[in-house]
Amino acid sequence: MTPALLAILALCATGMLGVIWARLPAGRWGVYSASLGLSVVLMLVGIGALAAPPSGLTLPLGVPWIGVHLRLDALAGFFLVVVNLGAGGASLYALGYGQHEKMPERVLPFFPVFLAGMNLVVLADDAFTFLFAWELMSVSSFALVIAHHRESGTMLAGYVYLIMASLSALLLLLAFALLAGPAGDYAFALMRARAVTPGMAGAVLLLALLGAGAKAGLIPLHAWLPLAHPAAPSHVSALMSGVMTKVAVYGFIRIVFDLLDGKLTGPPAWWGAVGVLALGGVTAVGGILYALMESDLKRLLAYSTVENIGIIFIGLGLAMAFRATNFPAGAALALTAALFHVFNHAVMKSLLFFGAGAVITATGARDMEQLGGLIHRLPQTSFAFLIGAAAISALPPLNGFVSEWLTFQAILLRPDMPQWGLKIMIPTDGALLALAAALAASCFVKAFGITFLGRPRSALAAAAHEVDRFSRAAMLGFAALAVLAGVLPGVLIDTLAPVVSAVLGARLPVQITVPWLSIIPVAASRSSYNGLLIFTFLTSATLLTVFVIHRFAARTLRRAPAWDCGFPDASPATQYSGASLSEPLRRVFGTTLFQARTVVTLPPPGDTGPARIVKSRRDPIWDFLYAPVGQAVGRMADVMNHLQFLTIRRYLAFVFIALITLLLALALWQ
Amino acid sequence: MSALHFLPPLLLQGAQMALVLLAAPLLTGWVRKVKARLLRRRGPPLLQPYRDLLRLFGKEAVIAENASWLFRTAPYLIFAFTWVAAALVPSFATGLMFSWTGDLIAIIALLGAARFLLALAGLDIGTGFGGIGASREVMIAALAEPAMLMIVVTLALIAGATQLSTIATFMLSGVQGLRVSLALALVAFVIVALAENARIPVDNPATHLELTMVHEAMVLEYSARHLAMIELAAALKLLLTCSLLICIFFPFGMANAGDAARGYALGLLAYGGKLALVGAILAVFETAIAKMRVFRVPGLLGAALMLSLLGLLLLYISRGF
Repeated sequence: MTPALLAILALCATGMLGVIWARLPAGRWGVYSASLGLSVVLMLVGIGALAAPPSGLTLPLGVPWIGVHLRLDALAGFFLVVVNLGAGGASLYALGYGQHEKMPERVLPFFPVFLAGMNLVVLADDAFTFLFAWELMSVSSFALVIAHHRESGTMLAGYVYLIMASLSALLLLLAFALLAGPAGDYAFALMRARAVTPGMAGAVLLLALLGAGAKAGLIPLHAWLPLAHPAAPSHVSALMSGVMTKVAVYGFIRIVFDLLDGKLTGPPAWWGAVGVLALGGVTAVGGILYALMESDLKRLLAYSTVENIGIIFIGLGLAMAFRATNFPAGAALALTAALFHVFNHAVMKSLLFFGAGAVITATGARDMEQLGGLIHRLPQTSFAFLIGAAAISALPPLNGFVSEWLTFQAILLRPDMPQWGLKIMIPTDGALLALAAALAASCFVKAFGITFLGRPRSALAAAAHEVDRFSRAAMLGFAALAVLAGVLPGVLIDTLAPVVSAVLGARLPVQITVPWLSIIPVAASRSSYNGLLIFTFLTSATLLTVFVIHRFAARTLRRAPAWDCGFPDASPATQYSGASLSEPLRRVFGTTLFQARTVVTLPPPGDTGPARIVKSRRDPIWDFLYAPVGQAVGRMADVMNHLQFLTIRRYLAFVFIALITLLLALALWQ
Repeated sequence: MSALHFLPPLLLQGAQMALVLLAAPLLTGWVRKVKARLLRRRGPPLLQPYRDLLRLFGKEAVIAENASWLFRTAPYLIFAFTWVAAALVPSFATGLMFSWTGDLIAIIALLGAARFLLALAGLDIGTGFGGIGASREVMIAALAEPAMLMIVVTLALIAGATQLSTIATFMLSGVQGLRVSLALALVAFVIVALAENARIPVDNPATHLELTMVHEAMVLEYSARHLAMIELAAALKLLLTCSLLICIFFPFGMANAGDAARGYALGLLAYGGKLALVGAILAVFETAIAKMRVFRVPGLLGAALMLSLLGLLLLYISRGF
């Protein structure tokens, strides 16, 4: 506990030093290597806490009668590992990537503070500390989002982000207020002990879902995410997408599974689970459909984060459903799947954002339509990105497949739910999850195929060079982690077991003792998966085939111009672009959902004017939710604006009227 | 002692892997032959696919100047993914040694991985045809894969497992009786199988016309041994899909673990017969209907998705407790 606290303080101190160091050429080394070292320390603390009993610490700081409570239990330990794994990777990556930063003084001071904020959220054990850390995380990341404030769109992204972050904090504040009750029991330990009425529990659940969901990117509260994540420098994007969304998931788990634990009020109501399942399913499919329509690489990745948050919330919703119906083994499986996906997504999305950052460093372009052919220019980056793309598309033998497989097993676990809501919602979520997984594969065929394959679509892409060795080390390290977690999932499941059993009181069977290192979530006759053997089979089948072919078949190879049915076109513009690749899917899914329209105007015969093709698309959530609210706020501000230019007499009259009204209200109340 | 104990199942698993590899081109040849006869043509000999493969193996490979390492390794990886998936599907006997390595979901995901690589290989050279194939393939996959998973979920709920051996044993026992969900799943499965294997009405394996190509467009730049690997993988995939159909919906005659040699021989015979029958039905089907326009395909696959979802919901509702 104490080392963790000292490391967090050291991170804050590094941030202070960053202000001074930013001007020095060595500042980047100082800040990022300190962040890397401290992340490693915090990660080790987290690993140590996984199987250890909870330890707490109270500091005489903060609000006088509350103090600052910190607690490190198994759940906090797991999220400490996830946060600092991502943070360490981002710091390592930034050692190289940071040299291209034009304004380091706008990044270096805030980066360590951002890390400190995320770590403190995980360790907080009272509402005040939690919200303080939450806001520290939001504000420091806001500063990082607007680091490149002169680029178009960045300030808008920062503005929307700030509003949504405030909304999220407000909702969580209300949730904690309900949990604390009139006596003001702000320490989590007191909240756990307090009885809550079912209506109150429902309200807390709703507030926590919306508050944490706004930070995690649940649809329809996701609008800030694809704006803000891409606007930040890439290592910060990786942190925001890979790690900060997980801190939001942590907040949800902490409130709903721990503070709202149903010991005193009986089992939690099942309809809460239906809501979480519905939002999770919609988020998973909606997020990836948005991603498919994007041609900006970083925005595509940000939308894919929305999808993965949906998958995590499907797992959490299943865990709530099983817990509500007294089926602890099922709840353990669903929560394990969700936590496994938390870990996987932190690894995969960090890796992919590092790759996107490398592409930006090498070419200066984020728009996929200007890229292409980078596999020749950036061989190592493209290899790592390919691993990440395959992993996030849930392809075996990589890690993304395992967590989605576990989620499917949880969905299949119990068809005979007594409640109709769950009976309909669980198979529907199965269908949505399947759709999201298939669409994710299509989306990442596009992300990798258009960016790295084909011929360069611009001079910048043709002249790209491989990035520095720190960036490559970070990317290849995370790629190795993705393979490792996919090949040895049993080890990770066993590591998660104490966390799950601390939260739910039940756990999955021990996996490490299963022969051949298979994973068997329920029973051997029911389902099993062996990543190691699949990996071995694939490798040996490939090697055997290559050996046989090269031994017995013709080995000669000749390079020639592309065949293309006899009509190869020299211009790279004739290749499929990202938009054309996803055009069929845009037609299938986008016509009704996004009002996607394509208008082709052909000049009449004899006219030599150009033909035109105009594509349009609308964002229904922005149009129907955000735009009306924004307009209403603007209109109200316009009306209120008149109040700003009144005479002193009128202001005095207003004060007087207000006073009379309040006194009257008070009199009537009593 | 333990080595001797492991030997028979290991041999059985090896036999299964060799069998699917050897039988795959034969099935393709058989379908082509029946199709030709139905069109009153003589058709190529049954063994023509083997000859084609051998011929391709002997040729010099020509690849485009800007082909990357991915383009050269993809055929081997695609083949390996398909072969491993095929090895996990029980063909003539249940309870194979490594059948617990992956369940039905893993098999589908392995095929998905092969397709992911194939679509990327189509994009690698940067030609119009490669792009057209990849684009259509991902659209078809985005609809076919969820439908397939829904079918799996339906089966898993009926049989209580996603493990293919368990499902086959359960279906063999006949406990499930006749179920509407199973019938819906079967129809959906047939549609998905046609799409997955690039058969009529979704794609035509025998044409090189721009308007009709999906699979062929992606592999247009391949030649010699690379093309042979992809062709072999495609044949394997057809065999795998037929085996899956047989194993799930018509498992009778399949040998169980611990049967005598006679049981295995019978199982082998039944498997061959069923495979020939399925191939013949496929040929009749392909002769009887026309290729669809590409943008009509989503309607067909959407119907498969809806059928499978309907079967699933029916299952949840009809259990009713």
